[in-house]
Amino acid sequence: MSRATREAYRDALLPLLARHPELMCLDSDTGLFTADHAAAAGEQYLNLGIAEQNLMGVAAGMAACGRVPFVNTMAAFATSRALEAIKIDIAYNRLPVRIMATHGGLAAGHLGPTHQALEDLAVMRALPGMTVVVPADAAATEAFVAQSLDLPGPLYVRLGRKATPPLPAGPPPVIGQAQTLRQGGDVVLASCGPYPVLACLAAADVLAGHGIEATVLNMHTLRPLDTETLTAAARPADLVVTLEEHWRGGGLGGAVAETLAEREPVRVVRLGVPDTFVDQVGSQEHLVAHYDLTAERVVRTVRTALDTAARPGRSGRKEHIS
Amino acid sequence: MSGNQLLERDALGTLDAVAARIRRHVVDMCAGPEGGHLGGGLSCTDVLTALYFSVLDVDPRRPDDPHRDRFLLSKGHAALALYATLAERGFFPVEELAGFGRPGSRLMGHPVRAVPGVELPTGSLGHGLALGCGFALAARHAGSPARSFVLLGDGELQEGSVWEAAIAAATLRLDRLVAVVDCNGLQLTGATEGIAPMEPLAERWRSFGWSVREADGHDPALLAEHLAAAPWEPGKPSVLIARTVKGHGLPFLAGRPASHYVTLSPRNHSRALNALRATEAGG
Repeated sequence: MSRATREAYRDALLPLLARHPELMCLDSDTGLFTADHAAAAGEQYLNLGIAEQNLMGVAAGMAACGRVPFVNTMAAFATSRALEAIKIDIAYNRLPVRIMATHGGLAAGHLGPTHQALEDLAVMRALPGMTVVVPADAAATEAFVAQSLDLPGPLYVRLGRKATPPLPAGPPPVIGQAQTLRQGGDVVLASCGPYPVLACLAAADVLAGHGIEATVLNMHTLRPLDTETLTAAARPADLVVTLEEHWRGGGLGGAVAETLAEREPVRVVRLGVPDTFVDQVGSQEHLVAHYDLTAERVVRTVRTALDTAARPGRSGRKEHIS
Repeated sequence: MSGNQLLERDALGTLDAVAARIRRHVVDMCAGPEGGHLGGGLSCTDVLTALYFSVLDVDPRRPDDPHRDRFLLSKGHAALALYATLAERGFFPVEELAGFGRPGSRLMGHPVRAVPGVELPTGSLGHGLALGCGFALAARHAGSPARSFVLLGDGELQEGSVWEAAIAAATLRLDRLVAVVDCNGLQLTGATEGIAPMEPLAERWRSFGWSVREADGHDPALLAEHLAAAPWEPGKPSVLIARTVKGHGLPFLAGRPASHYVTLSPRNHSRALNALRATEAGG
């Protein structure tokens, strides 16, 4: 069933608050938690108003005193406006603050570029000790919220806004472990977030029809990146394609390219939002299609790239190219 | 104040004598290879003395006691004064102060957590009050009577995040939170009032819902009296506006923006120590 990851987070957190008195929910007037939710959470819920820098500072102060705050804000404000507080007050001190950032990527849709976060993954994964995850559906969100209880340091979780489809059943989502959703020796399709992962799965089906077998990785954890799974998948492959709702620089594509350049050199093509601010109104689905972050694009990219991908020392894929 | 603290204070001498020792350390540190934030270090020395030698319930032998009072130097560039105070209070050996600014020392130009007694690193301005709110909230949730103190610079009040935190503290009725503004009237390039005026400061804080007092920032006993008595109004956070002089104790630098960051030459180092001695002798 389609469900918003931000709602999945809220519904997963509320019962945990009751069981774990050290957990706090610090809000910045996001409206995600209703008055009823707040009443149920009692003193463990606080709405600190529209003041994201203060939100991060208060969370850090509480975490330094043994509390574990979940802070609610939009990804755009968390990672740009409050970045210094996250860097200095939270990451530098390795404090267990959970930054629950909604409206990630293009999820803000029609709200426009002020509310879209297309740099957040680059920014957050640059911070030492920060765990960065992008759940691809509601079930993964619930799993990550539960797993965060055992995480000693800071955590950034990129959430969506509206309902997005669930992933097909696969290996259980575990922070730090890439999920191999499909195995194939020719290309690796690596992505994160609801629409990109589904697009890669669909692309793999189409590619199989062309005789190209794809490994599909859901790399929901950008930091620490599961380099073992990634390099093992890339070893036999002639091409790695990344797809994400993020500007092309610095996000998942950046993380994958950096890792493979050092460990398993193979051609990497990064697909993402082009180097521009969104210039038109549209839902998340509309903008995803507008910027061609689609299965068709992945298929096209793979077929074009494999035409030229054969390199010395590797068994090329030329036999698959018509 | 606990009996333990009274005993230690008697052993160490009066607050003025402690402050004088701290000032000498600050001056010495500014004679090191990197120099230091001399003016702002000397303007807040008496506040730090009042806090660490009379007000704060802290124990250098148990720096992580969960029920301790917590202090944050939000104006982190005054780190050298904090280090000198912590060393005099017994958090680490006074001899270590000689390493300030020298390669390999943990005494960086802004406070870092590696230094015993430093609660959290500070230095980028405008962070301390929000952190202090977090301390105070956590103490409240834990049912602890501990108080949280934050020392801000008056130039620092130009950072909007200070006022975000001021709103939060008053709204949350954090009356175990106490702020002190080291109001020396100067920032790096000139008079604070000429660059981004904040007066009438007391009225501004009051309008944000804080309980406000003003005091001579160079009278540690008086400062201690005010700070020990906080909260001054139930349900309200307290802010003490300490009227201070940048570079206090050094007539050739006092009240001048040039005192902001100084590397003292050997000649000026002697001159500064002589000036401190003269000031102390003159009472």
